[in-house]
Amino acid sequence: MNYTFDFSPVLAAWPTLLEGVIGTLRMSSLSMVFGLSLGIVFMLMRLSNQKVLRIIAIGYIELIRNTPILVQVFFVFFGMPAIGIRLSGEQAAILAMTLNCAAYAAEIVRGGVQSIRPGQIEAGRALGMHTADIYRFIVFRPAIRAVYPALCSQFILMMLNSSLVSSVSAEELTYFAQTLDSQTFRSFEIYLTLGVIYLVLSQFFSAALSMIGRVYFSYPAK
Amino acid sequence: MSEIAKSEKAIDMIGVNKWYGSLQVLKGINLNVARGEHIVLCGPSGSGKSTLIRCINHLEEIQEGTIFVNGTQLSQSGANADHIRRDVGMVFQQFNLFPHLTVLENCMLAQRRVRKVSVAEAREKAMRHLERVHIAEQALKYPAQLSGGQQQRVAIARALCMDPKIMLFDEPTSALDPEMVKEVLDTMISLADDGITMICVTHEMGFARAVAHRVIFMDRGEIIESAEPAAFFGNPSHERTRAFLSQILDH
Repeated sequence: MNYTFDFSPVLAAWPTLLEGVIGTLRMSSLSMVFGLSLGIVFMLMRLSNQKVLRIIAIGYIELIRNTPILVQVFFVFFGMPAIGIRLSGEQAAILAMTLNCAAYAAEIVRGGVQSIRPGQIEAGRALGMHTADIYRFIVFRPAIRAVYPALCSQFILMMLNSSLVSSVSAEELTYFAQTLDSQTFRSFEIYLTLGVIYLVLSQFFSAALSMIGRVYFSYPAK
Repeated sequence: MSEIAKSEKAIDMIGVNKWYGSLQVLKGINLNVARGEHIVLCGPSGSGKSTLIRCINHLEEIQEGTIFVNGTQLSQSGANADHIRRDVGMVFQQFNLFPHLTVLENCMLAQRRVRKVSVAEAREKAMRHLERVHIAEQALKYPAQLSGGQQQRVAIARALCMDPKIMLFDEPTSALDPEMVKEVLDTMISLADDGITMICVTHEMGFARAVAHRVIFMDRGEIIESAEPAAFFGNPSHERTRAFLSQILDH
């Protein structure tokens, strides 16, 4: 082996990599928020007593969970212009990740909602509260708390999966790393560094999410 | 015991039948409750007593019969259930406090969302009722930090915050440790003294003697016997009532 390791081109490119980190953080965070929100809508449809809504939700969830995320990203970016929806790489990335995250979040949150004892809902009913208020004020928080660790893993998985959207030239970390690779051919050093950065990002997300959890779910458990 | 105003009916159940699948759980229930009347409902488990009171605020649907609450007929579909529930408070066996809200917030939530009162007004009323059940000093704690008896008293305060005309108690002391039963019963007795209409599913016969105007015995979905406490305990007319009483009063 006569390869000489040289990290200097990677280190010299730190402003580009930082831009990538910011891109990854931005796209992942937005997709998490949108994905969770949309996921809650699908979850409510999934639990609705309207058969049509249930079928739509189940169909959607199955479709997303049984196709590769890369195909979903390609479909949004390359496929949708055919029906007049033309998105930038970043917009397509956020949309695809949101749609993907929603399906998983819907199923995770459904588990949480179904773990709530019926007595909680009955107590709300007996107080004269409407179904929407019961879900919003009584069911939601304990339900999310019950599945929060699973939800966090899903979010972190999505942040890692965001490296795939470099393939539609969304300007995130992997995209800049690939660009750097094509300029310097320091593949080993670049992708090793990239891996370390993703590792740090995961830890960061994990810590941030658990901090949010500690504040939002600070009430003592039964 | 306060005198009952006989003229007005708080609850009127006429020919109520209910099935779970092919199992009939309520059979031809006719029950009249006057305003201010205190009813104790007892009977073996599975006799339909909880189901009966849960029909009054439409937590359970009925298949046949009619239920009037304060003169308003409860529609079979439950379309006016929210309207009925504003006048009917309920206390559950398992307390069903909201674990993520403080005691105070538990008492304020429905006031805010259903009655649409201001925060200040909701808090003021919540504190008043928490004081009444002697638990105001725990207002900022969470349910999990309270004992069972304290939780049940908070649940009573929470129901009272909605100014109910009728209170339904579904085995309110059955999930409590023995030493906590008294504090909850005392709260209920003081409530009864204030003249609210009460239907209470319980096996606490001391409570029945102290506050009930009528004790009703149910078995297998039917009302078997209904009498004033003295007659009910002293001279029950049905064999099944006697058998039941001998089981719960023996020791």
